[in-house]
Formats: sequence, C-alpha cells, structure tokens
Amino acid sequence: MDILNNLVFGFGVAFSLENLAYCFAGVALGTLIGVLPGVGPLVTIAMLFPITFHLPAVPAIIMLAGIFYGAQYGGSTTSILVNLPGETASAVTCIDGYQMARRGRAGPALATAALASFFAGCVGTLLIALAGPTLGEWALRFGAAEYTSLMLMALVASAVMTQGDAVKGLAMVVLGLLIGVVGVDVNSGMARYSFGIPELIDGIGFTVVAVGLFAVAEIVVNLESREAREVYTGRVTGLMPTARDLKDAAWPTVRGTAVGACFGVLPGTGPALSSFATYMLEKKLAKDPSRFGQGAIEGVAAPEAANNAAAQTAFIPMLTLGIPASATMAVMLAALTLQGIATGPQVMFDKPDLFWGLIASMWIGNFLLVILNLPLVGVWVRLLTVPYRWLFPSIILFSSIGNYSVSNNPFDVYLCAVIGVLGYVLVKLECEPAPLLLGYVLGPLLEENLRRALLIARGDPTVFFTRPISLAFMIATVLILVVMVVPAARGKRHGA
Amino acid sequence: MKPDLWNNRDFLAGLLFIVLGGLAVALARDYPIGSTMRMGPGYFPMVLGGILFLFGVYVLLRGVRSGDKVKGEWGYRPLALIALSIVLFGFLLDRVGMVPAIVVALFVAAAAGREFRLKEVLLLAVVMTAFSVAVFSYGLKLPYPLLGGY
Repeated sequence: MDILNNLVFGFGVAFSLENLAYCFAGVALGTLIGVLPGVGPLVTIAMLFPITFHLPAVPAIIMLAGIFYGAQYGGSTTSILVNLPGETASAVTCIDGYQMARRGRAGPALATAALASFFAGCVGTLLIALAGPTLGEWALRFGAAEYTSLMLMALVASAVMTQGDAVKGLAMVVLGLLIGVVGVDVNSGMARYSFGIPELIDGIGFTVVAVGLFAVAEIVVNLESREAREVYTGRVTGLMPTARDLKDAAWPTVRGTAVGACFGVLPGTGPALSSFATYMLEKKLAKDPSRFGQGAIEGVAAPEAANNAAAQTAFIPMLTLGIPASATMAVMLAALTLQGIATGPQVMFDKPDLFWGLIASMWIGNFLLVILNLPLVGVWVRLLTVPYRWLFPSIILFSSIGNYSVSNNPFDVYLCAVIGVLGYVLVKLECEPAPLLLGYVLGPLLEENLRRALLIARGDPTVFFTRPISLAFMIATVLILVVMVVPAARGKRHGA
Repeated sequence: MKPDLWNNRDFLAGLLFIVLGGLAVALARDYPIGSTMRMGPGYFPMVLGGILFLFGVYVLLRGVRSGDKVKGEWGYRPLALIALSIVLFGFLLDRVGMVPAIVVALFVAAAAGREFRLKEVLLLAVVMTAFSVAVFSYGLKLPYPLLGGY
C-alpha cells in the first residue's frame, strides 16, 4: 500500500540520529517551557522560533512541531496542578483536573491526561497521513481563483470563530493583511508602507510580529492584573489510574479525539473550542452530570484528548493547502516559508522527506511525551513553583535575542517593542490578536492569488463565483458569516 | 468629546481602526492603483484600508451606543518598562556588547514586575547571562561580541 510505504519512508527520515535528537529537544523544550505557568504554546513557539532558524528545513520543522505539541502537553500539567491554565486550550481541564488534584488524585489525573493525549495524538497523526495526500492531490488542481476564495474563507472563519467579537475579529484580519503588505510589492518592485526606512523594504519579520503581539502583550497583561494563583503543593503520589479510572476514561477519550480531530481542521477553532465542546458533550452524556466540576475523570480525559487531536489535525490544512488554521500553524507556515519551501499541496510531492518525516516524528514525539512526562512528573511539578517575576524578564530577554539574531539588526528589536505596545492596546480593547497574525501570514499570498486570478479572468470578478470549487468556498464563507455574525448582532439588540 | 469616551472599549478600538485604515488609504494614494485586471501596488492596500476604516466606524458607533468600559486598569508602567527593556537591548547590543545589554535589559524588565527583589534579580541576571552566552554565543555561534561594540 502506498501510504504504508510512505510511512516507512517517513520513519526512516525521522529515525535518523539528527532528526530524532531535534524531535526530542523540541518536545523537551516545549514541555519545559509550556509547563511554566502563564506561558502558552504560542509564546513558547514564537520565542524559540529563531533557534530553529539556523537549522536545515526538516529538523527545523520537526523541532518546531515538537515544541508545539510539547508545550500543548505541558499546559495540561499546569492546568491540573495550578488552578490557572497557561492557555485557553487547557482551561477546561482545569475544572476537573484541579479538583482531582485537590482530592489527592493528581497522579491519576496526570496519567489520564497523558494517556488520553497520546491516544489522540496517534489518531490525529494517522489522520494527517490518510487525509494529507488525498486533500493535497485535490488541491493541486486549484488555480488562483480557488486559492483566493479558500484563503478568504479561512480568514473569515478565523476571525468569526475565535472568542470575542466577530466584527473586531474581521477588522483584525484586515489589519493583519495590511501589516503583511509592508515591504516591496513583488509585481511592481515598489516599496509600500516603508516610510523610507530601509529595514522595512523587506517587510516586517515574522518573529517580530508574533513575539510582539503574543509574548510582550501577554506579559504586560499578566503584570497589570493582580490575580493570585493557587498552586497544588502536595506531593504527587501514585501515578497509576485504577482499572475503573481507565474504564471511565476510555470512551470519553475516543469521543474527545473525534471532536478534536474535526475542530482542529477548521480555521479559527482549534484546540480551545474543541476541548470546550467535548467537555459539554461529556457532561450531557454522563449519567450523573453533577460529578463534573467535582473531579470527574471524564472531564480530564475528554478535553485533553480533544485538544491534542486538534493540535495534530491542525497540521492538515497547513501542510496540504498552505493555509494555517490557527496562530500556531501560522508560525509553522512562516517557518516553512523562511526555510525557502514553497508551501501548498506541492510540499508533500516535492519534499516527501519533510512531509512524511514530520508525520513520523509526531508519532515518535507523542510517544516521547509519555515517557518524558510520567516518570519525570516530579520535575515538572517543581517547575510550577517558579515565580512569574523570574520568568517574564527571561522571556523578554530571549525574545529580544531571538529577534536580533534573525536579521542581525537592532531595528527588528525596536519594531518588536512597537508591535508589543500595539498588541497590548489591542488586547485591552478586547481585539483578538490571533486573526491578525493569520492575516499577516496569508496577506502576501492572498494578494498574489487575487491579482493573478483577476488577470487571468481579464478583470472579471465573477470568476470567483463561476468556478465550482471557488463558488463552494465563497458560499461557505457567506454561511459562516451569516451563522456566526447575525445571531450575535441580534442577541445584542435584544440584550440592550 | 465626553471624557468617559476615553475609557470606552469599543469607541477606542473603532478609533484605532479608523486611524490605521485612514493612514493606510492616505499612504496608498501614492502608489499606482491600476485596474481590476492589472492591479497596481496601491489597489490591495487601498481596498483594505477602506474596509478597515468602515469596520472602525461601525465599532466606534457601537461603542458609543453600548458604553462598555475597558476592563481593569491600563498597565502604563509595566508596558513602558517592558518596551524600554526591549529597546535598550537592541540599542546596547552592538554598542557595548551582549553581556551588558543582557544585564540592563533584565533589570529594566524586572522593574516592571509587582515586586522587585534586588538579590533575586542579581542572581537571575548572572544565571541568564551565563545561559545566554552558553546557548547563543557557544551553542548557536551568534557573532556578537560579549563585551564592547563593533
């Protein structure tokens, strides 16, 4: 079978000593930093991104992916042991996970989270391997018009489905697209929005935007608020869940995986929404819903499976279509682009070592996570007590060094401070930064495809509606808008 | 303008979008627009700027009507100190070298926190400097002098 050959080939790539080492380094670093309270996967990956800059493409992507799911995983440890999740995706795990910890069942909670995540990770990876080539082959037929509509759909979905206000989300996408415009226009060679500053002619660097928008802004938000956090300080003893725990957790894990795998592919939803949705589902299905919130093991297994499955399947649109479904996938896409790889469906045919190597490495990485986490849980627990006042200056410092190292130019560092200020203001005004990042990453691609599509169609904009695939994307875009924006607007009017 | 508008969440967000969108349109007027068939470099940003402007107007008006306030205080002090820390790092790195830049950046950033314990920050500075030198200068071989400008 074709896919089997490909997987064998992928494992061959992933099992090379170099790639194995980078996979391990990524997973370990990701867990290490992801466990730290108040540091989510996105900040972790944005901060460590410049390190991979100096590596060849395959190990760089393998390591970044490892950092990503490692950090995602580390976040669940934090949410079980600290009553404050490092990131939204683990927020739901917090509810029952922390209750389990308080009842002296921190060990089984952590083990359940680990096993559920592992199961979901394996299924998610398998789905990438199965869906990737099919989707990719289909996408190879896409022309400029199809790509334009597809990107439009992804951007609208990401804006509308993230938490918060849909209209502001759309405005943030547009702002991101505009930031992406900065620099030389490839068609005419004209520098746009460069204000006569030579450094801006190449455009605004990706790390600058990601670090400024997420790391800097998030740190200032954390510093301004005075929320005390409650850390579980007891010792974690008795890791192994009982047979009953395993039985109780089995089906929720499977259901969580299914829900997460679906949500992961959709733009703008990702791990956060999927873990929330699956928690609600489990609560509905439970014989005794009142147990939820009191340390129900289903409330740990299902969301953890969901967010890990979503974290894996989010790679599907990014790898096969070149369209990131979340801000973290935007980082991955930017990493591929910076490595000089033309993203899109051709990746898996031009660079099979990268595509299949990455998939195989995810399997290995998920396995490493279990090994790394269960026996070493004591180490992670101790990390939780690191006070934030040591963490945030270090994050700022590493981000600055990273920004400087990408271009060897202090200008990028200054620009990061400016974007950090903008990011903080936007967060305070409750404008989600994730759609902005997606807009920024997709901006140049969108403009390029839009121009090409209209050139081919001799300036006739109906081209987006007469080609069937493009039409389908357009209809989906409109549907998303209608379903998500109209009830919100109506609800507000009723509420007022 | 009523003073409470300055704490009105959506009013401010709308205003920000209007200013940025307006700026984008104003600047894009210097770039050739072209036609729909052959778009010039000004076409895409001009349209985007216009859309952002309109979204801004909508959000601003909605803010005036709903009157929702910005939640919590504005963290001027941490914001200014964190930004200063980043800027100082960039400014100092190629002038006095990596080690002093790291120490200064760490101290300024730490000052943004709620508590500043000198002993802890000193220790943090020593550890982080050693770590950064090990990782970035020796590990990744970044060519920045540890001390002195270039």
